[in-house]
Parts: sequence; structure tokens; C-alpha cells
Amino acid sequence: MSRLKQVTAAAAAQDRKLLIPYLVAGDPDLACTLRLMHKLVANGADIIELGIPFSDPSSDGPVIQEAAERALAGGTTLRLALDTVAQFRQQDRLTPVVLMGYLNPIEILGYETFARAAAEVEVDGVLVVDMPATEAGDLTTLLRRRDIDTIYLIAPTTRAARAKTIAAQASGYLYYVSLKGVTGAVLTDHASVRKNIEYLRELTDLPIVIGFGIKDAESAAAMAALADGVIIGSALVSAIKLLGGNSAKSEQQLETTVAVIRSARAALDRLKRT
Amino acid sequence: MSNYKQDASQFAGPDAAGHFGPYGGIFVGETLIAAVEELAEVYARLSKDPAFWAEYDADLKHYVGRPSPLYLAQRLTDQCGGARIYLKREDLNHTGAHKINNTIGQALLARHMGKTRIIAETGAGQHGVATATVAARLGLECHVYMGADDIVRQAPNVYRMKLLGANVVSVKSGSRTLKDALNEALRDWATNVDNTYYIIGTVAGPHPYPQLVRDFQCIIGREAKEQSLEQIGRLPDALVACVGGGSNAIGLFHPFLRDTDVAMYGVEAGGRGLETGAHAAPLSAGRPGILHGNRTYLMTDAAGQILDTHSVSAGLDYPGVGPEHAWLKDIKRVNYVTATDTEALKAFHQLTRLEGIIPALEPSHAVAYATQLAARMPADGAIIVNLSGRGDKDIETVARIEGISLQS
Repeated sequence: MSRLKQVTAAAAAQDRKLLIPYLVAGDPDLACTLRLMHKLVANGADIIELGIPFSDPSSDGPVIQEAAERALAGGTTLRLALDTVAQFRQQDRLTPVVLMGYLNPIEILGYETFARAAAEVEVDGVLVVDMPATEAGDLTTLLRRRDIDTIYLIAPTTRAARAKTIAAQASGYLYYVSLKGVTGAVLTDHASVRKNIEYLRELTDLPIVIGFGIKDAESAAAMAALADGVIIGSALVSAIKLLGGNSAKSEQQLETTVAVIRSARAALDRLKRT
Repeated sequence: MSNYKQDASQFAGPDAAGHFGPYGGIFVGETLIAAVEELAEVYARLSKDPAFWAEYDADLKHYVGRPSPLYLAQRLTDQCGGARIYLKREDLNHTGAHKINNTIGQALLARHMGKTRIIAETGAGQHGVATATVAARLGLECHVYMGADDIVRQAPNVYRMKLLGANVVSVKSGSRTLKDALNEALRDWATNVDNTYYIIGTVAGPHPYPQLVRDFQCIIGREAKEQSLEQIGRLPDALVACVGGGSNAIGLFHPFLRDTDVAMYGVEAGGRGLETGAHAAPLSAGRPGILHGNRTYLMTDAAGQILDTHSVSAGLDYPGVGPEHAWLKDIKRVNYVTATDTEALKAFHQLTRLEGIIPALEPSHAVAYATQLAARMPADGAIIVNLSGRGDKDIETVARIEGISLQS
């Protein structure tokens, strides 16, 4: 059983909403990313989405785009991000790590090489933003063979027939994009989210988590109430930006950085009891 | 790979999912998938409708001023001392470049789809101007994304777009040039997908753009074919066009692909020379990868990050290229070569002084290569060069490079 399956099944059994923070590998540097990953787990993260920086992140808003620029300026590569996952695993063998990014770095590394390297460091899932299931070629097979889940997005614009295909090809969890737009935009239309999640429930038994536009404990709780969990990206990345580069970060600074995750955890847990 | 001379089906692309061999396809975020699928469906239907093409043809004739002439550049030919050089005069189109052929067609699609808001990306500003022009004509809201650095380089075109009523959005992310403008336009589209039509300016992007932009630009090659039969008495021996994204080149080449005796040369921006790395020649010195919705040759580093490009010409300053060109390179139907900044500038002056035609810096690359090619060919040979745009927009750039002040 994949680590993602274990964690999501255990959460479901405990009626615990999944909290999935997203951060960009190498922002502000990889040593700090590693410490933040542990800190996020300590503050209630169930799964970590580790962003692989790309020079042309056309599905992301300015916050994540700038984080990618900072990471790339520091020399972060897909290989180095995988090394960071390996280091994370030395201390944490339970928390699933999902790589999220764009296809070109994987394409240039080579699908086979990537799948092997990801499996070696025990990556649990891969989400390629600009690779629709229909274009995945043999990447899906190569990853699944190594027990790595392939996670796909479903958007408010996704048509019914396509949603069926995606649900059939996805594993790990389904990532529902809450809004039309890019990461970090403002979410307003809760009613359509509810309706679309209800439709997806009919298609799949996979956990459904909601991302894009979740900026604080309040919006996290509102969205989590409609699904199995939430992803918090831009709000966390904004806090990471405040850390700045080129200096050692104190434990206290990192505690402050992950405050949004801590408060979201508390809000999700309150939700469970009501 | 089979020889294209025996298997013309290799020119039949794209397939239903937008592939030219291994290239092309649809690589965009999920939010945009429905929009590109809808566009593909609408285009598949309208492109079979004679009434649609009748409307397009009428606009090209009465608004754009087509057909554009095929002109024998006699003095340039004499100086090169070889094959005759003919110029396909896309510079004489309304708005001064081939770009309008495409924006006319896509504006018709936008209207058929009931979209009220138009967005576009632009590098040199020619596609932005051509988009702002058709938006003004149809009374549609228009936003043009342009890299902050290009806005400085191409100030006259920025003002033209504003005069036409477009909102020019300065893009300050990344390398602040065309590729970043494209990223920003994609973000806008994902956000405003319900009412917005995205007019992509070249034969790149997710399917169906490489196909439909090509189809709208093929008027160039169809006319050139007729004109060469009439004026030369046969098909030309060679075609030459510059390649940035590759829309003017595919427009000229495509109607000749099955005429296997016609040689084709796509001229990429060699910048300061391929050996310096400061160029914009993905087909000559890049490798296949994924960017802006399609698989194609790219300028990318070993870690998969997109490299900054350099060309004296803002319109060629792009790290990717249309997927059909990638395929035509692999099957060896088209020869992809380069001309440097210096060679392009020399050709810019040469054509201006010998023929009284000031070319844009983009086709100056094609002219530069054609002069070398002509010299290697016999005098009864014939070459058609796509003169894809006029050079008025570039005179400040040329003056600056040559240390000439335009302020008296």
C-alpha cells in the first residue's frame, strides 16, 4: 500500500481533514526547505507538496512565480530537490511527499531516470501541472510501477466526460482547483465548489482535496468542510518570502513562518467536532 | 523514420490531438483544457464551412490589401551574382507585416464563439498591433501583454496599440520579454476563460493554435505558388523565411511541402553566434522539451530551465518554435540555418539601398541567408524570400546600434 493511501485512509478513519502545505524547494535555500518540511509536519501537515521551481510557471500567480525565481537564483534543480527529499526521509518515514511542478525539467532529465530517482528517495506522488493525463505517455506507468502515485488536477472548467477519465487515471488523491485562475487568486464561489465536489464523489473513491485561493484558517475550514482536505500554497510561500535569504534562520522564525498551517490545523480539527 | 519523398502523409499533421510526430500536443494547466478543446471543436467545424473562408478572404482582399506582390529584386540579384531573388511582399499588408493574416482569422473565430474580450502576447509589437487593429474594427475589448524590456525597445508600436484602444500590460516577471508575456497571457486566460479569446501570434502554443495559425498564414504560400507559376513559369527552386515562432515561414512553406523539388530554408536568429550561446536558435542548437503548451525544440539548460535568448530582432527573441517546424526538421524536409545579428543588419542595409525597401529586422535574417544561397546557385535558379514585415519599427534600434542619434 502506498504511503499516501495509508495516510489518507488513516485520516478518513479518524475523521481528520487532510492539511497539505505547498512550498517551493530551494526557497530561500534547500537547507531551509528541509527544516521547514519538518516544521510543517510538527504543526499538523499530513502530506507535503514540494514545488519544483520552473522558469516559466504559467499556471502560478506572482507569489509562487517569485518563489521559483528565488529558488532558481540559488541554483535549485530537480536533482537537488530530490536530494532534499532523501534528507527528509532520514528523519521522517511517515509523511508522504508529493512533487509538484512543470514537465520540462522531468522531460529533460528523462522519464525513466526521474522515476527511478524519485523512487530511490521515496517520493510518494507526482503532480505535473502542465501534463494532462492524455499526454502523460509512459510517465504514469513508470511511476506506478514504483508505487508512486500520479495526482491530477480537476478544474471548475473540466467537462464531465473528461473528469471521468481523470478520476480513472489518478491515484493518491484528486486535487480540485477551486477557482478559474492561477494560484494565489481570491476564491469567491463556494456554491459551485460544493456542486462540483458532489459530482466528483460520484466518480471516485479517492480523497478529494481543494487548492487555489485558500489563504487562512477561515477559508481552509470553509473548503475543508466540502471535501477531504485542503492545500495551502501561496499563503505559506508569502510567509517564507519574509524569511529572506542569506542568513541562518532561528527556530522561532520558522515557527512564525508556519503559523498559517498551525492555525489551519486547529480550524480543521474544530470542524471535525462540529 | 521513412523518407518524406516516398511518404507525403508526413505532411498531413497534426493528428486529432494536435501532434506532429512526437511534437505539439496540449500541455497546459487543467483550467485551460476545456477552452482549447472548445476552440479545436469550433475550428474543426468552421474550417469546413465555405462561408467562413469567404468572409476571411473578403477581409484579406479589402481590408489587408491582398494579394501581396511577388517582386523580383533585380539589383540585389545582380549584386549576389547567382539565382534570382524574389520577395514575397508581406511588408505591404495593412499594419506592415504578415501577422494580420492570422489576427483577421482568429478575430472571426472569436466573434463566432461570442467572446467579448481579446488578449494577446507580443514581442516586437507587430502581433500586438495586428491584434489591436482587428479588435478596434470589431469593437472588442483588447489587452496586450508585452515584456517590460520590449516595451522600451519598441516604443512606437506600444503607442500604436494604445491609439487603437488596446490596454498594453507591462510584464515584469522572468526575462521581461516575449516568453514572459506569453506566460502572463496564459494566466489571464485561465482567470477570464469564460468571456476571453486568446489570439496567439505564432504557430506555437497548445493545439489547435499551431494548426489554425498555420492555416491562416498559408495564404502566403498559396499566393506565392500561383505567382511563381505566372512570373517565373515554374515553381521556385528554394524558399527562404525567418523563424522565430515560425508563422511566416510555415505560411510560405506549407503549400509547397509536397513539391519535393522545392528546397526550404528556415533562418533562425544566430544572435552573436551559436558558439557564444547568445542566440535564439532552438532548432539549430536546442533540444526537444515542453513549453507554452507544446512539445518542441527549446533553448533549455541541462536542468530543464528555459534559457534567456538574444537576438537583435525582438520578434525572433523566443526560446521555442512551432511544433510543425520541429517535425519538419526531424524528417529533413526543411533545412534550418542561422543568420547572426551582424549578417541581418548588413542585409537590412543592402536591401534598403539596392531596392528601396526597408525590411524589418526579422526578415533581414532571411534576406541575409538568401544572398548567400543565391550566390551558390546558377543564374537560372529562383529563390522566394518571405519579406514578412517592414522595417519602420526598427529604425530606432538600428540607429542605436550604429551610434546614430535621431534627435537633431
